Amino acid sequence: MAVEERDAAAARDGAAAAPDIRLENVTKRFDDVTAVDDLSLTIDQGRFFALLGPSGCGKTTTLRMIGGFEEPTSGTILLGDRDVTGLPPYRRDVNTVFQSYALFPHLSIYENVAFGLRRKGVKGDDLKRRVGEALELVDLGDLGRRKPRQLSGGQQQRIALARALVNRPKVLLLDEPLGALDLKLRKQMQLELKGIQNEVGITFVHVTHDQEEAMTMADTIAVMNAGKIEQLGSPADLYERPETAFVAGFLGASNLLPGRLNGEGIVGLDGGGDVRVPASALAGRSGRIAVGIRPEKLRLAAGGAQADGENVLEGVVAERSYIGVSTQYVVETSAGPVTVYAQNAEPGAGQAASPGERVSLAWSPEATFVVDQHEEGTR
Amino acid sequence: MSVAAERLPAGRRVGTSARAWAAIRRHTLTVFALLALVYLLLPIAIVIAFSFNDPPGRFNFTWNEFTLDNWTRPFGFPGLRDSVVLSLEIAALSSILATALGTLIALALVRYDFRGRASTNLLIFLPMATPEIVMGSSLLTLFLNYSFPLGFTTILLAHVMFNISFVVVTVRARLAGYDRHLEEAAMDLFATPWSTFRRVTFPLIAPGVMAGGLLAFALSVDDFVITYLVSGSEQTFPLFVWGAARVAVPPQINVIGTAIFLVALLLMLANILWQWRRSGRS
Repeated sequence: MAVEERDAAAARDGAAAAPDIRLENVTKRFDDVTAVDDLSLTIDQGRFFALLGPSGCGKTTTLRMIGGFEEPTSGTILLGDRDVTGLPPYRRDVNTVFQSYALFPHLSIYENVAFGLRRKGVKGDDLKRRVGEALELVDLGDLGRRKPRQLSGGQQQRIALARALVNRPKVLLLDEPLGALDLKLRKQMQLELKGIQNEVGITFVHVTHDQEEAMTMADTIAVMNAGKIEQLGSPADLYERPETAFVAGFLGASNLLPGRLNGEGIVGLDGGGDVRVPASALAGRSGRIAVGIRPEKLRLAAGGAQADGENVLEGVVAERSYIGVSTQYVVETSAGPVTVYAQNAEPGAGQAASPGERVSLAWSPEATFVVDQHEEGTR
Repeated sequence: MSVAAERLPAGRRVGTSARAWAAIRRHTLTVFALLALVYLLLPIAIVIAFSFNDPPGRFNFTWNEFTLDNWTRPFGFPGLRDSVVLSLEIAALSSILATALGTLIALALVRYDFRGRASTNLLIFLPMATPEIVMGSSLLTLFLNYSFPLGFTTILLAHVMFNISFVVVTVRARLAGYDRHLEEAAMDLFATPWSTFRRVTFPLIAPGVMAGGLLAFALSVDDFVITYLVSGSEQTFPLFVWGAARVAVPPQINVIGTAIFLVALLLMLANILWQWRRSGRS
């Protein structure tokens, strides 16, 4: 990487880390559809940030507002210290990688990458050097003369990335850029993008509906639903401590057991039995709530062997599926059917319990999360 | 099916008449195509041939003798030159105006969603579907209602009107094949709207715009019915031929017609050559 880029990155790290992007009470309405609903968000400098959610949740609209392609109906958008709310894209220090790449078909790869630099007045040797570096960064140094249609999908995607990064923007926006790639290439690109972001140190904002992709690449994820952010945090935060049923369901499988508060840190399940939950998980909830446990956190303890302080639920094995990596059980309990993923860590582990057997499900209270019950429904 | 096959031992040889049928089937399409071409080009060939004729009287209908005089004095008939000049002026002006307006309309229809988009689409389609007689007489009614003097301006207005539709359709077809995010990408890369148009949009639609422009020019030179109704006392070339035909059909008319045909042919060849070089170079 060029010396200047490293210096610039160091300077940025050292400087007062003003958040790179701030959205304050941003709303976007299209006729009578509210795509983004009073959204406020702060993205710190140098982060790999992901906007995750199902189709229609408003993540792409949010990204487009940051890029300047849509204007918010109300609210403010700040980049660094600058209020950019009314500014068109060509006046923002932001570049975008589009889902369809949007490479200019009538220009060569070199000219595509050089486009932004030329608009800014960079010419001659300086231009050549910077374009060369950008192409090297994405490992496509010798394709300068070709036209976009002569490149494969994966190559086009990398050129789109180079074309954006060559301008050294403060922020890079990525609109589901890996959507059109096949699985193997997608996984490879996920790691490459993460590596490039580390190397270049620019803030990346990545929009995706693929939770695995978000968890692989992002430092911080905002899970969006119906125009609002349901929860914002690191992948681990979101997975281990989801705050709503939607987030719990979107990021993986979970068991939700309805119940009511039954004392200090105790939840009485509707079907009977008490469960200990940490106060941090309760977060002041009361009334109708649901206790959540991820299937892999449950231990199948045949014969009632359990450690002190564990939560226990009795049940009968209804189904068993051997998946290779794990064995998946569905256990009928008083609280309803509970899914358990038991890792096949030892040979023969897949035979731990058979359908029809009585088992105890044990888990640590620390692994329990709590959500409000009326938000039932995983989408 | 064929008598020949019955006479031969089964499965040994294909009968001669079966072979003949196969040959005929193979070439039918080619023959048919050639016949169609002859049907289309024969009248033009006759027009070209008769431009070298020295007619016995005032009507250039019977072959007399070969001469190059018509080609050396193409405007040797009173009123002919003025009508050709007028035709070319109207064609040039109306195609430029129609191309400019039509391109902008096409851009709006493809790239943007706005109230009235569906109605605009319909209105653009209307002139192409309406019979010329209907268009011409309604335009005439319009002009007379507003006491607008018939002449150069009314011809121009009419030509621009029907040409716009064809330009829109041509440019729109070209645009539809391109990524809708290309202009956004350009603006994302610091290009102002004008710069985006100049460096991204226009280069991409240029072939479509040119094709639309040429089509508009050809339609304008050719137009008779609408022009006849709104031209007042002015005469374009087709009007001149019609008007003079009662009195005379001079061979110069053939010369002008041949010249127009040759120019169109040359432009088409030039376009094909240019397209071939463009695709060849990549």
